[in-house]
Amino acid sequence: MSAALHIDDVSKSFRGLRAVQNVSFDVPQGAIHAVIGPNGAGKTTLFNLIAGAFKPDKGAIKLGERRLDGLRPDQVCAAGVGRTFQIVKPFKTLTVEQNVTIGALHRTRDVAEARDQARSILEQLGLFEMRTMLASNLTLPDRKRLEVARALATEPSLLLLDEVMAGLRPTETDHMVAFLRQLNARTGVTILLIEHVMRAVMALSQHIVVLHHGEKIAEGGPTEIVRNKAVLDVYLGEATP
Amino acid sequence: MRDIAPSIRQRLFGEIPRRGWIGLAVLGIGLLLTPWIEPDFVPLMVLIFYFAYVGQAWNIMMGFAGQLSLGHSLYVGLGAYAAAIFYIKTGIGPWAGLFLAIALATAVGGLIGYLGFRFAITGVYFALLTIAFAEFCRILFDHLQFFGGSGGLYLKVENRQENDLFNLRGSPTMFYYVMLSLVALALALCRWLLSGRLGHYWLAIREDPEAAQAIGINVFRYKMYAVLLSSGMTALGGVFIAFYYNNLYPEQTFSMGRSIELLLGPIIGGIGTLFGPILGSALLVLVGEGMTDVTEAWQLPGLKQILYGMAVLLIVLFLPGGVWPWIARHLGLVKTGDGK
Repeated sequence: MSAALHIDDVSKSFRGLRAVQNVSFDVPQGAIHAVIGPNGAGKTTLFNLIAGAFKPDKGAIKLGERRLDGLRPDQVCAAGVGRTFQIVKPFKTLTVEQNVTIGALHRTRDVAEARDQARSILEQLGLFEMRTMLASNLTLPDRKRLEVARALATEPSLLLLDEVMAGLRPTETDHMVAFLRQLNARTGVTILLIEHVMRAVMALSQHIVVLHHGEKIAEGGPTEIVRNKAVLDVYLGEATP
Repeated sequence: MRDIAPSIRQRLFGEIPRRGWIGLAVLGIGLLLTPWIEPDFVPLMVLIFYFAYVGQAWNIMMGFAGQLSLGHSLYVGLGAYAAAIFYIKTGIGPWAGLFLAIALATAVGGLIGYLGFRFAITGVYFALLTIAFAEFCRILFDHLQFFGGSGGLYLKVENRQENDLFNLRGSPTMFYYVMLSLVALALALCRWLLSGRLGHYWLAIREDPEAAQAIGINVFRYKMYAVLLSSGMTALGGVFIAFYYNNLYPEQTFSMGRSIELLLGPIIGGIGTLFGPILGSALLVLVGEGMTDVTEAWQLPGLKQILYGMAVLLIVLFLPGGVWPWIARHLGLVKTGDGK
């Protein structure tokens, strides 16, 4: 249950605004990579391109050997991509368990079987006690966890996580980091995450891609990236001579 | 087949608490005996059953899949006209004609659904599309002399002393049992669907189409299933109501008012619930009937509409989720507010 992601020279514009420009990078099978960048850098647009919500103007996106660009979101999911939404989208009037069960129904027709899978995922994410609550009654950190649980229930080989740590307390962040690392080790699922919480980015990712104004300005290992001049300029402003 | 049966039984009857069973049993026996105990209630009950049934059908689209149709009289009308004209021209009873009725209604429903969902017309704009089609058919049938035009279409009223179930000619009591069976079957079907993958997918689409698509649900396809099933079921209701009343006028059958009447039951009873359409229809018909009596007693024309409107208003105001969820909560029939 793992696959490599290849992004090859992908661009997307919205009425003249170039949201993503000529971005290329690879995420090897089973790796955990992060995409960082200031607000409006095109990170979420990039995710939407991978997940099929938008079609790229040019370029190719491949999961393993399979082309993803041009597919509908449900087809991308069927190809093995699970995603979360930055602005969480729980099925509000359904219970936590139902939310995840619906995700699990992607791989089985049997509702009872899907429910069992959902419960096991909820347990791993610490949501089991809340399974009969309506999703609308969850706190934001719990909703973020629910997003992850629902995406995982579709048994993806690539997991796209869009700011799932935002709003989490440091200890909760550490739990999530530990969970994702353990998930990656156990199932080998490839993970690509967008994150502002550097504590999580540094702890999780082996490789970081930095976007700015839709362009890739740097990529490399975590220690390399935090010393990269272009990255520091973008985040802290250029030093005046 | 043997290993499928337990799963069907589980999906239909699983998770019903004991008091739910008792309630269902009392209600079922009461309804079966009503024509003997109180024959005067029969016409009123037929009306309740009719609204409960078409309300259930409308609820599949709006309550389950979240697609608002304000033109469901279209499917009632198409079903009614198709079966009626088939009977008049060929003399073959509605049990054959209903296939024609369902085929026609699902074809038109499918067309509306395709246009709406393919071109991403959602929410109120989709509702407008459904109204437009209903209005279009009202005017069309007004001018089609083959269907009697604006003068109406009449089914021959025959001797009602003998019940002819095969041709659906007979007493209100016969219709009582036919319509009661329809309501029971529709309830069972909806319960079965809701407990399966299809029902879960509908709820997901209702809650958030984008999130639904991201977990692999082909939103277009499942919305189409909802429209096709809803329109087909509604047409069946149209067939039976045509043979019950024996007359059809485009001006009434396809009217906007009929569409509204049909969706008030599920709204009052509880959108997206299984018993909401049934309970809501019963309440509305009974309130309407009660108001008629009051109006007659006081000799005040128009009072009925005012009181009826006020009753609906009060229910919507104080129980916005519908009457059934409120009752179910108080009877302890639901563990969470999960809409069942």
